[in-house]
Parts: sequence; structure tokens; C-alpha cells
Amino acid sequence: MSALRTPPVLDVDALIDDPRTKIIVCCGSGGVGKTTTAAALGLRAAERGRDVVVLTVDPAKRLAQSMGLTELDNNPRRIDGIEGDGELHAMMLDMKRTFDEIVEAHSDPDRAKQILANPFYQSLSSSLSGTQEYMAMEKLGQLHRSGAWDLIVVDTPPSRNALDFLDAPERMGRFLDSRLMKMLSAPARTGGRIGVKMLTAGFGMFTNVLNKVIGVQLLRDVQTFVAAFETMFGGFRERAEKTYRLLQTPGTAFLVVAAPEPDALREASYFVERLAGERMPLAGLIVNRVHRVAPGTPTAARSQAAAETLEERGEHPLTAALLRLHADRRNRAAREDRLREHFTSAHPTVPVAAVPAQPEDVHDLDGLRRVGADLAANVTPPPARSA
Amino acid sequence: MSARDTDWDGVRLHVVTGKGGTGKTTVAAALALALAAGGRKVLLVEVEGRQGIAQLFDCPPLPYEERKVAVAPDGGDVYALAVDTEEALIEYLEMFYNLKRAGKAMTKLGVVDFVTAIAPGLRDVILTGKTSEAVRRKNPDDSFVYDAVVMDAPPTGRIAKFLNVNSEVSGLAKVGPIRNHADTVMRVVRSPETAVHFVTLLEEMPVQETLDGIAELTEIGLPTGGIMINMVHAPMLSPEDLAAAQAGELDVAEIVRGLKAAGLEHDVEETARALVAEAAEHARHTAMEARERERLAELPHPQYVLPLLPDGVDLAGLYELAETLREQGAA
Repeated sequence: MSALRTPPVLDVDALIDDPRTKIIVCCGSGGVGKTTTAAALGLRAAERGRDVVVLTVDPAKRLAQSMGLTELDNNPRRIDGIEGDGELHAMMLDMKRTFDEIVEAHSDPDRAKQILANPFYQSLSSSLSGTQEYMAMEKLGQLHRSGAWDLIVVDTPPSRNALDFLDAPERMGRFLDSRLMKMLSAPARTGGRIGVKMLTAGFGMFTNVLNKVIGVQLLRDVQTFVAAFETMFGGFRERAEKTYRLLQTPGTAFLVVAAPEPDALREASYFVERLAGERMPLAGLIVNRVHRVAPGTPTAARSQAAAETLEERGEHPLTAALLRLHADRRNRAAREDRLREHFTSAHPTVPVAAVPAQPEDVHDLDGLRRVGADLAANVTPPPARSA
Repeated sequence: MSARDTDWDGVRLHVVTGKGGTGKTTVAAALALALAAGGRKVLLVEVEGRQGIAQLFDCPPLPYEERKVAVAPDGGDVYALAVDTEEALIEYLEMFYNLKRAGKAMTKLGVVDFVTAIAPGLRDVILTGKTSEAVRRKNPDDSFVYDAVVMDAPPTGRIAKFLNVNSEVSGLAKVGPIRNHADTVMRVVRSPETAVHFVTLLEEMPVQETLDGIAELTEIGLPTGGIMINMVHAPMLSPEDLAAAQAGELDVAEIVRGLKAAGLEHDVEETARALVAEAAEHARHTAMEARERERLAELPHPQYVLPLLPDGVDLAGLYELAETLREQGAA
């Protein structure tokens, strides 16, 4: 039975060494070490000779510091201290900046100014959810089109639904094709105020409701924005769709990142199914923070019993304490194994890499290097609960 | 008010936030159970559509409806609600404008898509609005329907923006119904009846996000509550042994003698070395936890310690955590 549940091994070095791998996308729920994984992969790939850029959406300063930068910004910065022939750059997505740049690049200066000053645009471009996904897609597309790197490693936005960015093109399309958009843009195009010229019964009710709900002023802001932005929407959608198709090509590898916890693995299952549904190439699952036990050491039950024996006799308190610690660790490892087995029974073909828990946080390139080495070593731990 | 003094007497809206992976939903659920103990009625609200509450309480996915999910010790009920943005928006239209049919028409027109997906600021107003409505809701006899409402809120990185709906919509709507709605929500959120609690682990990143989140909320004048330190390991070695383990100075010969005395003769040297390595890792981890504890100790906020449950969180574990919160005065 357990033979059935041994997943294929995820060979990280083969993945990052393959020149055909152009994009690696790390996705997973929040707090599973996704950003650290992306950085460690990027570093390892660079030190194995590739020119890598890591695109993160995590504003944590610690990550920047671990790569020797005080802060990351919207432009790729070169990381010093890389050993080997490759190069590592890193950047953090600034969604407002990215959005502004697109507006500036795709419209004449007057119109750009008008858009950037629009209150609705300002709210849209700086709000944290939704926009971040579009912008992550945009940035990824830009980095790819620039052709400056031969490997791009991305970690996905920590949105409530970590694959929201896959929905970006469709949502954009649905929004653009909605009757709302047509109604909002039509009167603006004819130069009139909404509802003046097109007072059909349905439209009258519609504006009436809209006015009531969102208010006249906001409605006007939205209309102005839509009118000014209209010419740009098509380009947005087109690029988002292009990036979406790029993600489906074999040059892309999705890595689902999880921790050995029920919630994180449940989310991981969801990602795996969702990626399959979208025909996105999944390279495997990375389970971070796994607890391992040295083979040949006593089982949890034996350790526990031995500790009790020593304590009853009042002998060797240090050994007794260490045995209790060991029993605890064994139990924990066994629980983690069971959770990973659940995942593998549902997804038997998905390759898995397990990364041991680091006793402390990662602070520097050496720390990232260790994580990378652990990722690549990926000795699937032997079942902790045998015997 | 209540028979016993707690740190949060008078607070009726408990907002629970935390970095991803810290167990925010679990702590919110345990807090709701703890608050309900002794015959009170508490509503637990989920706003992120993850159905985490249903999984915790082992019940089918929650509809957009307040539903009883658990009975607290000594009587008392926990109700749960998973707020669905789309339905909440339609309900909002109906409640304030008597526009149910219009709401449906607007769904077709794409207005609902627009509000929920394209303009997240508006979405947050709808979510916080629904929660504050539950806080204010009264029975015919003028008593509150819920003694307390616990919100499983978005993660720490997003919490200030999420709660500060007023400023989020101020650029959008200076007057009009959305603005009025946002003002009502802000009155509830800013009042002394609200407390924002932070769930953290004793790790660098979650602690840093807690410190940043508290500073951010304080700056915009929102009421911060307690700090729930989650998944804390019980100390397994004495301070002297921890120090020796970290310095690599544990007495291997003594451990070997102990193992032999306990009848663990097999590969005894190797086992001893493995135990020493595990102890060193445990010691480094414990030292890190102590460092993070010290950073948190500088905050004036009440702190509550929740143990790591060895078998993960199940329903029994949830009650255990609720009891721990009560013992420490959080409820």
C-alpha cells in the first residue's frame, strides 16, 4: 500500500539546469515559505550558470536583506556575491508604479495625465487585491519580452485565491464585454451626460440604480476613466491573454509550495487541480518545513517507554529528556508523512520535494543557498512510523 | 456585564488578523467559543470565502446565512457566517434601497462583477458593512442579537487598508450612499467596542508583521487589542541542557549510558549522536522563540499563549484553545 503512495521525486536541479525552462512560477497559500523558495531557486539556478531574475510580490524587507539589498523596487537589481558564471537579479512588484508606466507608455501625455489624476484610477491602481494579479501578469510578460534573462522565477501574489492571476485575462474580458462597460462608454463617446440621449426605459432604470448606489460623483469619475482608458483596455486584455498562453507552454514550470499542514496541503491540492484544468504545466509540489528523523533511531513508542523507565528509576535525566524530544519529533514527522500521503493518494503522478524545517529564519545568501541545496537534495524521508 | 472580569469587557467586535500560516482562523474560532461560554451568543464571521470555519467545525460549507456551528461550554452558542461579497452586495441594495430586482438586473449588467472584482475598495465596504450590521443588530426588546461578533479578518499585511474603509472610498465617494455606509462602518470600527487582535508565531516574519500592523493601525487611530501567540512549543529541556546542546557540549558518553540503561542497545552510538543533533536544532529553535518573545514583550498589549497541539487542530483541540484563552483572561 505504501508503495503506491511513494510520489515521483521532483528533481529540482534538472528543472533549473534545463535551458528550455524559461519561467518558474511558485504558487501556494500564504505563510508556506513561497517567497523564500523562489529566492533560493533563483540563487541556485544563477550559481549553476543561468541568468536569472526573481520577481517577488512580497514586500518583506527581510528577503531583500538576505540578498544584500536594503530594499527591492520595481526594477531588477543585481545581487552581489553570486558564485559561478550566472547572474541573479531581483525585483519587487510595485503595482501602482507598473500600472502608471503602462498608462504612460500607451497613451499620449495629456491623456496619461488625465488618467493618472482620476480618483477612480488612483483607487484602482493602489488597492491591494485584484490589481496586483493583473500587474503581476503584466510584469511577467514585460520581463519575458525583454529577453534579458534566460530564467524568470516568480512568486505569486498572496491573494485569497492564489491563482487569481490566472483569472486576470478572463475577468478583464468579462468586464470589458459587459453591458455596463458599453453603457458607461457610449454616452461619453457621444459627448453627452449619461442618460441624456439614451433614455430607453431599461437604461433609465439602470442609471437610476447606479446613481443611487454609487452616487453621481463616483459614476462620473468612472465614466471619465472609462472614456480615457478605453483605447488601452484592448491592449491590456491582449497582453494578459498572451502571458496566459505563455504560461501554458512547456517552457513554464509551476511549482506548488506547501507546508505539511492540513490547510496548506488542501490548498495545494486545489492548485494542482486548477492548474490541470487550465492546462498549465505543473512541475511538482514542494513541501517546506518538513521534520525528519534519522533512520534507525528508536520509534516514538519505544522512546517514550524508555524515557518513562529512566524517569521512574530517577536515572539519566538528560537521556530521558532527549528521548521525549525524539518521541515528539517522531510523532510530528509521522503526522506530516500521513498528510503528504493523503496528497499523493489524490495526485499520485505529481513529483514531490520535501525541504527540512530550518531551525532559524533565513538571513543571508548562505541561508538561501542552504535552502536551495535542501531543495535539490530532496531525499524523500523514509516513513517515520514504520515499526 | 459578565460574571467574570476579562481583558475585553465591553468589546463587542473582535477582529482577528495574523500573517498567513499563523492559524488566524483557528484562533478566531477558539475566541468565539471562549466568548460564548456561559450562555452567550456569538457570531463568527468569515470574509475571505475560504470556508475555513466549516472545515474547523467539521460541517458542510457555510451558505450565506447565519448558522449555529457549535455549543460552548456551560451553554452558549456560536453562529457562523461566510460573507459572500456578491450576495452581501445584493442584500445591501435590498436593505437600503429596496432594490432586490434591480440587484439581479445589476448582476446581469456586470455591476456586481465591477464592484466585487474591479473595485476592491467597494468590496471591503460591503464586507465590513455586513459585519458591523451584525454587531449593531437588535432584538425587538432592544437587546443586542449577538453578545459579541468575531471576525476572521484578512491577513496582517492588508488589515489596516481593509478596516480603514473610509479612506479607501474617500477618493471614490465624497458624498452619497457609499460614503454614508462607510461612515457608519467606521463609527463601529473606531469605537471602544472594537478590538483588533493579532495572531503570531514566535518567528521573525510573523512577529515583524505584527509590530508593523500594530504601528499601522495605531497611526490611523484604530483600536488594537491583544496578541495571541500561537503554536508555542512546550519547553522540553532544562535551560542548562539547552545551552549545552546549542554549544555542542552535551555529554555523549552519558547519553550512551542512559540509552543502555533504558535497554536501547541497538546502534547506541549512532542513536546518541542523532539525539544530540535533534537537541541542537531544538535549542536553536527555542533560542529564536525566546528572542521573538522579547521583541513582543516590549509592546503594552495583553498577550496570550496558545500551545502547539501535537495532533493538529480538531474540534477537541479548538475547545482546548478556547479554555486556554479563557484562563488567560482573553474572554
